Amino acid sequence: MPSVMLRKREDGKLLFYVAKKDLEETIESIEFDRPDKWGGEVVLGDGSRYYFDLLDAPPKIPITLQAKRL
Amino acid sequence: MAAMTKEETEALIQEVLEVYPEKAKKDRAKHLAVNDQSLEKSNKCITSNRKSLPGVMTIRGCAYAGSKGVVWGPIKDMIHISHGPVGCGQYSRAGRRNYYVGTTGVNTFGTMNFTSDFQEKDIVFGGDKKLAKLIDEIEALFPLNKGISIQSECPIGLIGDDIEAVSKVKTKEHGKTIVPVRCEGFRGVSQSLGHHIANDAIRDWVLDKRDGDDSFPTTPYDVAVIGDYNIGGDAWASRTLLEEMGLRVVAQWSGDGTIAEIEKTPKVKLNLIHCYRSMNYIARHMEEKYSIPWIEYNFFGPTKIAESLRRIAAHFDDTIKEGAERVIERYQAEYEAVIAKYKPRLQGKKVMLYVGGLRPRHVIGAYEDLGMEVVGTGYEFGHNDDYDRTIKEMGNATLLYDDVTGYEFEEFVKKIQPDLIGSGIKEKYIFQKMGIPFRQMHSWDYSGPYHGYDGFAIFARDMDMTLNNPCWKNIKAPWKTEAAGSEAVKAVA
Repeated sequence: MPSVMLRKREDGKLLFYVAKKDLEETIESIEFDRPDKWGGEVVLGDGSRYYFDLLDAPPKIPITLQAKRL
Repeated sequence: MAAMTKEETEALIQEVLEVYPEKAKKDRAKHLAVNDQSLEKSNKCITSNRKSLPGVMTIRGCAYAGSKGVVWGPIKDMIHISHGPVGCGQYSRAGRRNYYVGTTGVNTFGTMNFTSDFQEKDIVFGGDKKLAKLIDEIEALFPLNKGISIQSECPIGLIGDDIEAVSKVKTKEHGKTIVPVRCEGFRGVSQSLGHHIANDAIRDWVLDKRDGDDSFPTTPYDVAVIGDYNIGGDAWASRTLLEEMGLRVVAQWSGDGTIAEIEKTPKVKLNLIHCYRSMNYIARHMEEKYSIPWIEYNFFGPTKIAESLRRIAAHFDDTIKEGAERVIERYQAEYEAVIAKYKPRLQGKKVMLYVGGLRPRHVIGAYEDLGMEVVGTGYEFGHNDDYDRTIKEMGNATLLYDDVTGYEFEEFVKKIQPDLIGSGIKEKYIFQKMGIPFRQMHSWDYSGPYHGYDGFAIFARDMDMTLNNPCWKNIKAPWKTEAAGSEAVKAVA
């Protein structure tokens, strides 16, 4: 369960950053990205997949969230 | 020698790796790579931030060096106690040349060494009492200090002293910020973890001190310079440019910086990161907690300075954008004169770099402005994100080496035969004895500043006086060249 810091890059893409693992990747796709539901499975630029617990609203970026590695 | 092709560089790496035993060879091979600009991510070609191999000569430092020496040390109005045996603090004292204004020993303490000087009894019975006494003594002798940081050396973690408890008690007693930093040298693989620990300590013990206090008047043009350690006056040379374009520099992290500046940083509008490696952690934290955006910039060489000034200005309104153009225009004649003077003397020379946090990629632009070419670069303690940023700066088929060993570096230099090497003091004399001009790029070889337009003039002069120094012609003893006959003479020439 790594703590993941999410931030927006200048071009609007979400960056997925895990300090402990030195991992900084773009998020290519996210399962739910709607005003009433956010989270689920995300696919990163390098092809790895993580899971965020579902939220009722999109979080305010930047934010640190727990993610599960799939 | 002409530029090497990808195959030649790969063959060179294989040749150098040949002497290692099988296991070491496999491990080291991952840290050496040929640059390929088409790659987006460095982890496809190079591994970094891994433990150095036992038995090879590494150039890395420890977590204490990263915290006390790099991040905390330059904060001038705090006293940084090297808590533990005396050597760690004494042998690193004042070596980094982070300049500051103030009266040393009265209101600033940058070049002094404070240590708890651990003895056998402190290891056996614990050093907390000694630390408490030491803090009281500091308060009596140096009442103008604005805070104290306790920089742990290895034994503190090993014997399990509770420096946090001492800090809390003494903070209450003296009413000053006292920060325990758990930067024992054995933590992590290099000084890089020390930077992270130091950033976290600032986050936990200092940064939120003025939350909810709006007495500090702000302007829309407030910025903080983060990760500039004022080596040889670098931060001052950067600061003048930012101020000239109309920004207000609220804080300098941490060269010539004060604890008050650090506490005020959460009020700024934009964080400007120079050394990404050592201070990105705190910038990311401030972005999340205080919604302060951050950008990286590069003040080495006119091309990169202009690029950076425009990128910084893009975050502000038109007055700042005009200000940036005005600054670039104002210095144009000056830096063009520098280039006109030195470029003919330096054109086409090849440089190999091996330095720390940001320089292996940041100074490339400055060398290119002088018509020089960087043919190999590497980080002592960089991470993947550093190499991600390096790939685009370096030419194709150039050499990348991570945590290079003494042997590898020497062999690379023998084969590539660069005209100049930029690295640290431990490498300096080896390469000078090999007859290759060398600049010590950690503290600018006792020169500087190198940042900003003013610094570029000094940078160009230094590179010229090193490279074109007549001494390099006299490296070989005359009787040796005569005895060796005309062939050897040709090889030397």
